[in-house]
Amino acid sequence: MSAAVTGKKPPRVGDSPAVRRTLITLVLLVGAVLVLAPLIVIFVQAFSLGLSAFAAAIGQPDTLHAIFLTVVTALIAVPINTAFGVAAAWAVTKFDFPGRRLLIVIIEIPFSISPIVAGVAYLFVYGLQGLFGPALQAADIKILFALPGIVLASLFVTAPFVARELIPLMQAQGRDLEEAATSLGASGWRTFWSVTLPNVRWALLYGVVLCNARVMGEFGAVSVVSGNIRGQTNTLPLHIELLYHDYQTAGAFAAASILTVLAVVTIIAKVALERRGAGRRSRVSLAAPNVIAEGEKP
Amino acid sequence: MKIRLDQVVKTFDTFRAVHGVSLEVASGELVALLGPSGSGKTTILRMIAGLEFADGGAIYFGDQDATAIPVRERGVGFVFQHYALFPHMTVGENIAFGMKVSKVKRSKSEIAARVDELLKLVRLEGLGNRFPSQISGGQRQRVALARALAVDPKVLLLDEPFGALDAAVRRDLRVWLREIQEQLGITTLFVTHDQEEALDLADRVVILSEGKIVQEGTPEEVTRRPNSAFVTRFLGDTNRLQGQVGGGQVQLGGTAVAAPGIRDGKADVYVRPADLEWAVEGEGLSATVTRVIDRPDHRRVLAKLADGTQIELDVPPETRVLRGDIGVLRVHRANIFAA
Repeated sequence: MSAAVTGKKPPRVGDSPAVRRTLITLVLLVGAVLVLAPLIVIFVQAFSLGLSAFAAAIGQPDTLHAIFLTVVTALIAVPINTAFGVAAAWAVTKFDFPGRRLLIVIIEIPFSISPIVAGVAYLFVYGLQGLFGPALQAADIKILFALPGIVLASLFVTAPFVARELIPLMQAQGRDLEEAATSLGASGWRTFWSVTLPNVRWALLYGVVLCNARVMGEFGAVSVVSGNIRGQTNTLPLHIELLYHDYQTAGAFAAASILTVLAVVTIIAKVALERRGAGRRSRVSLAAPNVIAEGEKP
Repeated sequence: MKIRLDQVVKTFDTFRAVHGVSLEVASGELVALLGPSGSGKTTILRMIAGLEFADGGAIYFGDQDATAIPVRERGVGFVFQHYALFPHMTVGENIAFGMKVSKVKRSKSEIAARVDELLKLVRLEGLGNRFPSQISGGQRQRVALARALAVDPKVLLLDEPFGALDAAVRRDLRVWLREIQEQLGITTLFVTHDQEEALDLADRVVILSEGKIVQEGTPEEVTRRPNSAFVTRFLGDTNRLQGQVGGGQVQLGGTAVAAPGIRDGKADVYVRPADLEWAVEGEGLSATVTRVIDRPDHRRVLAKLADGTQIELDVPPETRVLRGDIGVLRVHRANIFAA
C-alpha cells in the first residue's frame, strides 16, 4: 500500500520513530548525567548544612575577596577582549592582506594551548628570572602574583572567544553592506556602528557571554601567575580548590555555587536579550499589514 | 557627467583581471558592460565606483581625474547584485541612510520628504516601514535603487541589477529602469551577462572577454555587425558551418553565400537559427530532421547535415515538419570570419 493511501509518511533514511526516540533518550540521558546531575549536586552540597552555614561560608572575608577579585578581573578582561575580538574579526573579514590566515591561526592559539602552559609562559616573561622581570622589578611594577598577572593570564586564555564567534558570521555576511554604506558616504566609524555592529550583535553578545564565563572560571593559567595568596590573589576558582583541600567541603561547594550562579545568570541574560531582540522583529512584522491599511485610507 | 577610462589595468591572482581598458561614456548615456563571467566587467564597474583601485591607467569623471578619489567622495550610486540592503533598517531608513551620513546637513523633515519622493519614484509608496525581509526581490531591487539615488549621484552603477530575479519581474524592471534613467538623465553603467538584457536596455553595449573590450557599439551595430566569432556566439544561438571562400562567395556544400571582403581560403560561417529556411526541395544544404521542439512563437528544428553537422533552425509555427523528414536549408544571412 502506498503512503498516500495509508496517510502515513514513509520514514526518511534513519528517521524511523524508533531511531528518533532512541536518539532523543540518549541525548537527554547524557545531558542529565554529565551536566544536570553535577549542577544539582553543587547546590545540594552547598546547602547541606543549612542556610546559615551557607551564609557563613560565603561571608568569610577570604571568600568575599575571591568573589571581588573574580568580578574585577572580568570587568577588566572582558571589555578588552571584546574590543580585541571585534577589531580582529573586522580586520580578518573586511580586508585582504598578506598573512590573513596566519592571523586567524594566531587568534586561535589560546584554544589549543593548555592554560597552564600559558601561565608558565607568563612566568618566564614577567617573572624575576624572566625576560622583563629585572626591568619590572627596577621600575617597581608588580605583575606576577598580583592583579595585572591574573588579568593578563585571563586575557590570553579568552582572547579567541569573541573573535571566533564573529569571524564566521562576518565572513558569511561578506562586504556588500559595508561597501554599500561607504558608497553612500558613510565613514568607516559610522559604517561600523550603524551597519556592521547591528548585524552581528547576537554573535557578539554570545561571544562576550562565553568570554565572561571563561574569565570567571579560569583556573590553570591564573593558578600559576596568581601565587595563590589567600585573601589577596585568590580568584573564586582557586579559592574553591583551596577550601576543598582544607576539607571545608560545604565552604567549597558554597563558593562553587556562587560561580555556578554567575555562569547561569550570564546564560539566562543572553537568552533574555535574544528574546527581546527577536520579539522586536516579530512585532514589526505584525505591524506591517497595518501600514498598508493606513496607506490605503484616503 | 561624462566618464572616461584610459588604459585601466587591474591584476588579480584570479581570473577577474582587467587588461588595459579604455572607454568613454557620454553624459546621460545608458551603457551595458556585457560579458561572460570572468570577463572583468564587474571589476571595471567597481573601479569606476572606487570600490576597487586600478593598478594602472586613469579614470576621469568629467575633466577631473577620479582615479585616486575614495568611493566615499566619488559621488556614485552603486546598486549591488544582491541589493545589500541593511537588514536591520526599514525601507525608509535604508533610503535615508545616505542623507543622514552626508556632509550636507539636512533637517529631519527634509529627509522624510525626500524619502517619500523616492518611494513614489520607485513605486513603493506605503512600504517605508517594512523591513527588507518583508518585501519581494523586485521590491528590494527598487529600494536599492532609491537608496543609491537618494544622495544625488553623478553616476549610477548597477552590478547585475536583475540577476537574482525571475524572468517576468526582470522584464518589467528593465522597462521601468529605462524610464527612470531617461527621466533623471543620469549617466548609467550596468553590468550583465545576459545579452537580451543588455540589448533591451542600453544605448550602447560594451562586450568584454578576458579583461578586454572586444566590441562596443549600439545594439544594432553589435547584433548586425559582430566583429568576431566570439561576439557572434555570445549574442545569441548560432550555427557554425565550415566553408571555402573564393571570388567573393563562400561555398557550403550545395549552396553559396556572399562573402564580401573575406580573403580566399577556409572560413567559419555563423548562421542564426532564424536566418535559415526549411524547404522540402530545391537548392540548399540537404538535411535530415532529428527533432522538433515547439515554442510559443516558433518551432525549433534540430537537423543533421550530410556530413553529420548538427544544425538548429527556427521555422514558423504552422510549418509541417516531422522527425526523419529530409529537405534543404536555405541560408538568408550569415556572419563569415576567415578561419
